[in-house]
Amino acid sequence: MYIKRRDFIKTGTIAAAGSIIVPPLLHSCNMTRLSDNAESYLNHFEVTPETLKKVISAAMSKGADYADLFFEHTLNNTSALEDGKVNSAYSNISSGVGIRVVKGEQTGYAYSEDLTPEAMLKSAATAANIADSSGKPFTGKTKEYLAPGYYNITKSWEETSIKDKIPYIQRLNDNMFAQDKRVTKVNAYLGDTTSYILFFNSDGLLTWDYRPLVFLAGICIMEDKGRVENFTVSRSYRTGAEFLTNDLMDTMAKEAVAKTTLLFEASQPIAGEMPVVLGAGDSGILLHEAMGHAFEADFNRKNLSIFSDKMGKKIAEDFVTIIDDGTIPGNRGTLNFDDEGNPTAKTTLVSKGILTSYLHDRISANYYKVAPTGNGRRQSFRHIPMPRMRSTYMENGPHKKDEIISSVKNGIYVESFSNGEVNIGQGDFTFYVKFGYLIEDGKLTRPIKDVNIIGNGPQALADIEMAADDFALSNGTWTCGKNGQGAPVTMGLPTVKIKKLTVGGINA
Amino acid sequence: MNKEEKYSLADMVIEHALKSGANQAAVSVYDNRSTDIEIRNQNIDSLKESNQSGLSVEVYVDKKYSAHSTNRLKKEELFRFVEEAIAATRYLAEDEFRSLPEPDLYYKGGGPDLNNFDPSIDSVDPAKKIFLARQVLDEAYGKDERIISVSSYYSDSVSNQVKVASNGFRGDNQNSNVSVVAEVSVATDTGRPSDYWYESSLFMDKLKVAGTGEKALQRTLKKINPRKIATGKYTVIIENRVASRIAQPIYQALLGSSLYQKQSFLAGKQNSLITSPILTVVDDPLIPGGPGSRLFDDEGLAAVKRPVIEKGILRNYFIDTYYGRKLGMKPTSGSSSNIVFSPGKRTPEEMIKSVKKGIFITGFIGGNCNGSTGDFSYGFEGFYIEDGNLAYPVNEMNISGNMNKFWFTLAELGNDIRENETLRIPSLMFENADLSGI
Repeated sequence: MYIKRRDFIKTGTIAAAGSIIVPPLLHSCNMTRLSDNAESYLNHFEVTPETLKKVISAAMSKGADYADLFFEHTLNNTSALEDGKVNSAYSNISSGVGIRVVKGEQTGYAYSEDLTPEAMLKSAATAANIADSSGKPFTGKTKEYLAPGYYNITKSWEETSIKDKIPYIQRLNDNMFAQDKRVTKVNAYLGDTTSYILFFNSDGLLTWDYRPLVFLAGICIMEDKGRVENFTVSRSYRTGAEFLTNDLMDTMAKEAVAKTTLLFEASQPIAGEMPVVLGAGDSGILLHEAMGHAFEADFNRKNLSIFSDKMGKKIAEDFVTIIDDGTIPGNRGTLNFDDEGNPTAKTTLVSKGILTSYLHDRISANYYKVAPTGNGRRQSFRHIPMPRMRSTYMENGPHKKDEIISSVKNGIYVESFSNGEVNIGQGDFTFYVKFGYLIEDGKLTRPIKDVNIIGNGPQALADIEMAADDFALSNGTWTCGKNGQGAPVTMGLPTVKIKKLTVGGINA
Repeated sequence: MNKEEKYSLADMVIEHALKSGANQAAVSVYDNRSTDIEIRNQNIDSLKESNQSGLSVEVYVDKKYSAHSTNRLKKEELFRFVEEAIAATRYLAEDEFRSLPEPDLYYKGGGPDLNNFDPSIDSVDPAKKIFLARQVLDEAYGKDERIISVSSYYSDSVSNQVKVASNGFRGDNQNSNVSVVAEVSVATDTGRPSDYWYESSLFMDKLKVAGTGEKALQRTLKKINPRKIATGKYTVIIENRVASRIAQPIYQALLGSSLYQKQSFLAGKQNSLITSPILTVVDDPLIPGGPGSRLFDDEGLAAVKRPVIEKGILRNYFIDTYYGRKLGMKPTSGSSSNIVFSPGKRTPEEMIKSVKKGIFITGFIGGNCNGSTGDFSYGFEGFYIEDGNLAYPVNEMNISGNMNKFWFTLAELGNDIRENETLRIPSLMFENADLSGI
């Protein structure tokens, strides 16, 4: 299927996948976390430094500028609840090596699921064809890079049997049903992923990572007088099984039932252009769609982004500072290093209203002659890396939430979202509101739901008139899609007022 | 792996699963190969070769169910994988509805040749693939001074799969696909509009390459300087290429899982009028050369042509074995094959000519539909229709409503069904749609 040059985000409830559940799975797998050294990862993938050098030499054999090897072994488990019981489980195991060869802005890519030297050399030879002269064998030194540890894991998912997960999912379900008689269905999914990564490139850089990721989603369905409403709550972090606590289950259950209850009073608003106040937290989707994608340097390098000629220019009010951060401990968007072996960072995109940086991968950083920002990411070893967001948020502004709401005569306040999309070139962006309120004469009144909001990225950024001091980060299960690749991300925002956006809805 | 090797691997894994404590098991073994080429402004931007293979196994252990997949296919590892899967399954809650499909519903061989696989795609010369992508690019590149970027893409893929179930199903299938895409961006004072065109086929020699780049360019140029129009109720015509966005929620609402989980606004509506009576839709798995054609579905159920909507009346849901048992309904199939809309008589151009004031929607952006209630809201772009002509491009607007009401406002279907798609849908005209703009 063709995926056009538009990018979207959604909160996932059902990631495909799995639940094996009881390790060990593989003869080369150590049962528990590998120790933090190169040797254990080399052993895990049953490769030697000599083999890595040979494969890199093959990748560079047609005279490329750069090549890298991305080894990945990922174990994924999902446990699912329906009809009050955890009664199905799914798992997936995927392993292989992606071999990328870069010549200027051109990329050759192949991957092998077979990690024997013969199979890897064959894939390297295929990827090498992007270049067309001749190269020299790799003779450089191997430089080991011990990445910082941004994920805190007390108990790994591999050490956690499904029998230890079930009581928590059960509690989430039972708690939702206990709160309100109108709850008629609950579906819940717990998905945990563990990835072993080994990275080597033609500069001799050798590094490795152990990446945990967990999400929990609960869908609450309530029925009242023949009307059915649903709301999904979710949380996701890069952490271990200590994620599962009774408190979290209770908080999520309460949130799900409370939100679904409010939907019975909600309806679509009257359509039109109006001021929009974005609540703190999930509303960070505004940044992701309205500007985040357009700041990704591949779109700018290719001259496609509406922000392509805005570097160093004033694009927002003085109080607007926007960050993309890959280093927040335990965050869903965090990585110890990106998928090109570069350290992640806290990157300031907009500083006091001025565009200061794009989000770079290796190719774009080289093109713009700047340091990489650690935004080169890929869905798996089967995918070519490209600039992607991590955790994108705006810092606190000078206003108060109450002051912002009372400044609006007729508009809407929005706080829960399911998905969004952007058209990079024209700048149109959207986000879909699951829940919010009308603002009438400076006060929140009738609840609203199921409405799409559309605007223009640069215009919306310039139209941020007020920002409060109540910044919150959203830890929902946000998955960003770009060119067919999914990437886990997060976002955040203080309460913000946008002068006007076009709100979907009905006509009187 | 050839077909026989896949069957013998599947048999071996099933045998091991049964020996290790499963009461029933089903195994699929698959591989696929694909090529993806992107050319941008005359240079190759990326070349990618993919080869992957894998195995998936469903196990049923004392009324408990789980499903697993892996790309590590060595016998020793697979056996251990299956043993652990079974051990883990024992911790799950019992579910009386979980077991393999009734064997009498399985496909039992002897079906027609659906003619939907082209083995020659596997042996196309790489130079020819690049040549085709360049041919697409050359139709647009340098053809207008406002152009800032032209990209073209060539992709092909071939996949092979066998499936075996322990209660008697054996089946295999093969799929092929080849496609080209052109994407054009232009710079103007008001933005950088872009558009695309694509062609795809199951057969290398039936791929329509010529015209792809030219169409993408013309579509992009028409989008320069879009405006927003006043909020209100308008007649809308939704172009065939993007009409799937408005049909998708109907399909989602017809799935057994949606019905059971109370996430279907079409629950309890079998044999009632759910759309305008001009709409007739069938699910036809047996169309020769159809991209969704198949002799059996994911579960092995024999493929049957079924009416979905007849003159606005809902006839069939998409019900798989598991949700069929839970809902007390006979399984049809849990997924669609080729969804075919009965076409109307006029071209979209003729339909546009008949509209005094309205909108021709050519692209959707974002938006969603609430599966439980049918409330929807989508962003769109397109053209303002004035006195039967496309007056100017529009963007940054929303269309909203409720699916249960909206489909009753369907006034006409075009005659422009795109071949080579699993959803064979024409352009659609709706009256009194709620649009928001200025």
